[in-house]
Amino acid sequence: MHKIVLKKQLSHDMFWIEFEAPFVAKKAKPGQFIIFRVDEYGERVPITMAGTNKETGTVTLIFQAVGRSTMLLSQLEVGDYIQDVVGPLGKPTHMEGLKKVCVVGGGTGNALAYPVARGLAEAGVKVDMVSGFKTEELIVLKEEFEEAVDNFYLMTDDGSAGEKGFTTTKLEELIKAGNDYDEVITVGPPIMMKFVNEVTKPYGIKTIASLTALMIDGTGMCGGCRVSINGETKYVCVDGPEFDAAAVDWDVLIARNAYYHEEEKEERDHICRLTGGVRHYE
Amino acid sequence: MNNQMTKTPMPSQEPDVRNKNFKEVALGYTEEMAVNEAQRCLNCKNKPCVTGCPVNVRIPEFIAKVAEGDFAGAYEVITSTNSLPAVCGRVCPQETQCEGKCVRGIKGEPVAVGRLERFVADWHREHIGNDKVEKIPSNGKKAAVVGAGPAGLTAAGDLVNKGYEVTVFESLHKEGGVLVYGIPEFRLPKDIVAYEIDTLRKKGVTFYHNVVVGRSLDIQDLFDEGYDAVFVGTGAGLPKFMNIEGENLVGVYSANEYLTRINLMKGYLDEYDTPIKKHKQVAVVGGGNVAMDAARCAKRMGAEVHVIYRRGRDEMPARAEEIEHAEEEGIQFHLLNNPVRILGDENNYVSQIECIKMELGEPDASGRRRPVAIEGSEFTLDVDGVIMALGTSLNQLIVDTTEGLDENARGGIQIDEETGACTREGVFAGGDAVTGAATVIKAMGAGKLAAAHMDEYMQK
Repeated sequence: MHKIVLKKQLSHDMFWIEFEAPFVAKKAKPGQFIIFRVDEYGERVPITMAGTNKETGTVTLIFQAVGRSTMLLSQLEVGDYIQDVVGPLGKPTHMEGLKKVCVVGGGTGNALAYPVARGLAEAGVKVDMVSGFKTEELIVLKEEFEEAVDNFYLMTDDGSAGEKGFTTTKLEELIKAGNDYDEVITVGPPIMMKFVNEVTKPYGIKTIASLTALMIDGTGMCGGCRVSINGETKYVCVDGPEFDAAAVDWDVLIARNAYYHEEEKEERDHICRLTGGVRHYE
Repeated sequence: MNNQMTKTPMPSQEPDVRNKNFKEVALGYTEEMAVNEAQRCLNCKNKPCVTGCPVNVRIPEFIAKVAEGDFAGAYEVITSTNSLPAVCGRVCPQETQCEGKCVRGIKGEPVAVGRLERFVADWHREHIGNDKVEKIPSNGKKAAVVGAGPAGLTAAGDLVNKGYEVTVFESLHKEGGVLVYGIPEFRLPKDIVAYEIDTLRKKGVTFYHNVVVGRSLDIQDLFDEGYDAVFVGTGAGLPKFMNIEGENLVGVYSANEYLTRINLMKGYLDEYDTPIKKHKQVAVVGGGNVAMDAARCAKRMGAEVHVIYRRGRDEMPARAEEIEHAEEEGIQFHLLNNPVRILGDENNYVSQIECIKMELGEPDASGRRRPVAIEGSEFTLDVDGVIMALGTSLNQLIVDTTEGLDENARGGIQIDEETGACTREGVFAGGDAVTGAATVIKAMGAGKLAAAHMDEYMQK
């Protein structure tokens, strides 16, 4: 059981929570994820950590309440408990030998990109951060990014804050302006990551994508999170979550991640309509 | 003495009823049936059955107690060497172990050792229970067990019985390993697994969930925490696929994933959140026990189920009883067929599986006749789900994160076969983590062997 010690609502459906998980906090490195199970009936949900604090033994998650499990998680308050948390899982972000990196985050992916960007900066890497959001009210972590990285570029689809346009446009502009990146790291919707790779490909810049996949155990048992990397089957949980973006079969990943959308939608409507988010059969 | 040539039949749910529910298929003996069956045992002097048992249950001795109606006494005999009798009585391949060596089996059927073991364990649970089980006094030494599956639970049980303070670290949110995520409720009710674990807890075993050794902690951390020896029973690793076209299409599962969604996550019950698709037509590829479990689960989820296996029925590695149960439940077998590719629709969803007919050629290294494709015999089956049940590869996590732990030729953890000791002092291992996918009872045998040598090591 993991006690929630801090909760902030960042936008209408974005939340920041911190909870006790001392063992996870002690070992976690940027880029790694946890699996949580909100209660006895819950799914096992993988989510990349937005931060950890070794001193307080806490883990931070920033998440969008979109599915049943994240909606239930968003209903918990300070003092409530999350049933299960396991981690850290997956391989940490590879940082050795990097001098200058551009991190590209999209939407909720920015929350997951944050510890990576900060971790790189703390390791002495020069970091440019391009953060994209649909609109102003969905922006998260602006101040945190500004403090952590060398240059922060804020983009919105509708121009309500920062510059109007997509992250890919800004990335291309930065590359064309002569920024010599050793690597581009991207976290966000698969479709955005796919296009980030399209942008960097002509310049031969190594591009790393942090993938999210459906997963159950997260330790290399179920095989649900498999992705096709250069035609070879790999597992997000143990081989990832970061992969060479140029090698990922994006269409298969996008389709596999959407497999349970119907069930999710049904559950979501159900929980909103009938229970306001609270389980009714306990 | 009972001269009956065949086993006393065990009542079970009717096939057409049970293939629509997840309740246990076999219903177990009554006291009368158990006594009747026990009286078939010849109580042979040289006890061939015991040599067939990886955990050396003193079979004729417990059966003699059953024959006398002393079921509590029978339980004491079994549990002096086997900490999971209700599990073994249900899932052991007795036909190749104890029962395979039974003298009564030479003419007629062997004594139903498995059914009797199950009866004794169930009788004890229902009539005596574990309320009075007490904490075993500590001998002051600490042992860590990594993985709460059959190997780990057995090692934990034997070590706690000897007075060690045992802590088990489990990566999932529930103990049991393959007993809870893999084997379905209808073959092994989860309440029974929970009961056996509860008994260990009462004896003093501590269980921690959600700890992935190799990530959350590593082996060195355990020694730093003051454990005197460590047993690694982390089970098998990633599921194997065929490396054919279309295996990553939407609707293709490993058996591990499909079974975990149902068994561990209880996706088949409304009140649990984990989704599981209700497929119409499912192909299960493989011929082992896991393939049978997956096929029978898919049937219970409402699908028409086709098992595709590249060899013949005699070569199927599944237990005969499991194959028969699957057949009775209406699973269709396509033997001597091998998938060539999986086809998808415009949304990358599975739509068909293409197979090729096979014939049996010369025996291969395993001694089974090697299947050879018949050219031009390809055909397709319309399916909306495919479950690959082809075994598993080895999990490298512990070897990769532990200094001084060597790998064996198969990619598992290297051990001394005589003692279960690894190449790093104080670390022992057993079960699928060493051998690759095998059986529950073999893992238990390995856990037992290692526990005995851990005892020796810690007493030095």
